[in-house]
Amino acid sequence: MPNLLRTIQLAMKSLLLHKLRSGLTMLGIVFGVFSVIAMLAIGRGASEQAQAQVLKLGATNIIIRSDKPPKESAVNSGGGSVLRYGLLRKDFDLLEKTVPTISQAIPIREMNKAARHRDREVTARIVGGTADYTAINDLHMAQGRFLSDEDRRQKKNVCVLASGTADELFQYENPVGQSVKIADRYYAIVGVTMPRQASAAIGGSMSGQNYDLDIYIPLETMRVRMGDLNIDQSPGSFSAEYWELSQITLRVTSQDLVLQTANVIRETMKQNHKNDGDYSIVVPLELLKQAEQIRVIFNVVLGSIAAISLLVGGIGIMNIMLATVTERTREIGIRRALGAKRHDITVQFLTETIVLAGTGGLIGIGLGLATPWAFALIRAIVQRLNVAGGQSASEFSQMFAEMNPTPVPASLPLAFFISVGIGVIFGMYPALAAARLDPIEALRHE
Amino acid sequence: MELAAQVTDLQKHYDLGSVVVKALRGVSIDFPKGDFVAIMGSSGSGKSTLLNLLGALDRPTFGEYTIGGIPVSTISDDDLSAIRNEMIGFIFQSYNLIPQYTVVENIEVPLHYRKGYPPISAADKQHIEHLAEMVGLGDRLDHRPYQLSGGQQQRVAIARALVNDPQIILADEPTGNLDSTTEAEIMEMLCRLNAEGRTIIMVTHENSVASLAKRQIFMKDGVVAGEGLFPGKAHA
Ligand SMILES: Nc1ncnc2c1ncn2[C@@H]1O[C@H](COP(=O)(O)OP(=O)(O)OP(=O)(O)O)[C@@H](O)[C@H]1O
Ligand SMILES: [Mg+2]
Repeated sequence: MPNLLRTIQLAMKSLLLHKLRSGLTMLGIVFGVFSVIAMLAIGRGASEQAQAQVLKLGATNIIIRSDKPPKESAVNSGGGSVLRYGLLRKDFDLLEKTVPTISQAIPIREMNKAARHRDREVTARIVGGTADYTAINDLHMAQGRFLSDEDRRQKKNVCVLASGTADELFQYENPVGQSVKIADRYYAIVGVTMPRQASAAIGGSMSGQNYDLDIYIPLETMRVRMGDLNIDQSPGSFSAEYWELSQITLRVTSQDLVLQTANVIRETMKQNHKNDGDYSIVVPLELLKQAEQIRVIFNVVLGSIAAISLLVGGIGIMNIMLATVTERTREIGIRRALGAKRHDITVQFLTETIVLAGTGGLIGIGLGLATPWAFALIRAIVQRLNVAGGQSASEFSQMFAEMNPTPVPASLPLAFFISVGIGVIFGMYPALAAARLDPIEALRHE
Repeated sequence: MELAAQVTDLQKHYDLGSVVVKALRGVSIDFPKGDFVAIMGSSGSGKSTLLNLLGALDRPTFGEYTIGGIPVSTISDDDLSAIRNEMIGFIFQSYNLIPQYTVVENIEVPLHYRKGYPPISAADKQHIEHLAEMVGLGDRLDHRPYQLSGGQQQRVAIARALVNDPQIILADEPTGNLDSTTEAEIMEMLCRLNAEGRTIIMVTHENSVASLAKRQIFMKDGVVAGEGLFPGKAHA
């Protein structure tokens, strides 16, 4: 075996002699390797994202949220100019009573309203909730207490401020014991919560808002004080919306029962809703399944691209190497006359092919490392198309929107070895053909 | 007398399907060490075929031959390569340099195929430079063939033929592409190598070139037709 390093140097030299040709020949391998890395990166991104989601939302939770239908359907909803939609207390009662695998069911209702203290005002998210709310949201108290069952039963005018609301309205004062004015009524402040950690929003709201400007009041209090109808009267426009609950978080007794329970819930929800346009059910565990689907889709698409690129790239390389062998027949004859064995010629041309394919592989790996950016670009384009095509906020596209592909470290050497393997496979025939040439005929060539 | 090479009743046939071309039809020649032979004869008489066999580039159809005492007719392809590498230096009519290589790199090529593949050492590098200087190209080490004249290219080929210090130098019309001044320079170089003790076997069409050799062999239709100094001329 001739000196390996030297053989590689020689090969690079020959390849650099025809830079454009070598570059074009590599393209197939470049894209093939890139696809392999991107495929694995996206697969990993999808499953990591799903796992993070599941962790955030709670693996045993099932979350049902009210969805505000698009404006056009307001007319059909039967309420004249009032838009009726979303979850009903009837739904809550039905679920709680009829689904045996539910261990806990927590309703909330949210709306945005101005909250005042003296001359300070903020637009807060008023959350009508229950005593369980803190547990399911991993929310802790900074001072005072959270809402109690007693508050609900008596429909007390009490509230708990989120840390941001407290800072905005009271600055350096202690809010507990004072009151805030929401929609012309005063609510006694019984507690202030700690800021929420972004990652600790277990079982949290799916609305993706800033939780820091929350004010929590008992659900029943909200019902009697604010009603189910929310009238938004801004200058020149009038709109009224009617909804009873914003979200129901259901906790299933065990993780094994989640998927089964989800199906029961879907059926149960149909009883009070003719179509499912005004609510959506999120099953965090199912996100894992979706991630798997995404992974399969990308694996099929990118796997095919990879396989085709590598095959075509390999054939391209073989083709060029056959042409090279013909073109350099004379050189082969000279080398043979000067003492090269058949084996030496095989090694020479095989090395050239491997260096070519390996370089393509390295470039592909370089591109593969840029997958996250490439993916972001594709996503931006897809989202623009989606917006143009109207609403298509399917869970798939949501996953797609939030996914972060990360190159898998092990895929880099794998991809490199694949490219080298392509070089060996497709370089073998031209190299052997070169070695088989008769020295005298090769010397006499053109 | 020690022989550099010996051919005995050597035959080479080319089977072209419909016809069999008999390029050599029984050639027997002894080449003593230190010989300087010019092989002459009309085109197609089998000179190149004989030289290729002597250079271990080919195998005979029938007959025996030895190079440096080693019988070569039946040895393996790899062993033929080794013999070419170690015992023989080729000089071709068309120089046969590798176009993308510099002078130094061209001279270096045989060193890459040495037994055991030892890396090119500093001593090798020096040896190469020395050879380049010897053929008068000490100032052209980094030039490529297209930057050299025909005579200069042939001198690179001579340096390359010498790099592994072979016993036998085979030259197929080494001056065939050169003008008479350059031809004289090249022939002077070959004579010098012969004077150093190397065996030289050379094919040529030119009497002036052949006359510089120690003896001349005339071929006709694949056999040796005569030997000696210009028998044709001797009658004239
Ligand atoms: N590979 C081959 N296949 C068929 N015939 C061949 C082959 N090589 C040589 N010959 C034939 O063998 C004969 C001798 O050829 P050779 O090349 O030895 O001639 P030569 O004496 O060197 O001629 P020249 O002076 O023109 O170089 C010719 O008739 C040639 O056609
Ligand atoms: Mg000839």
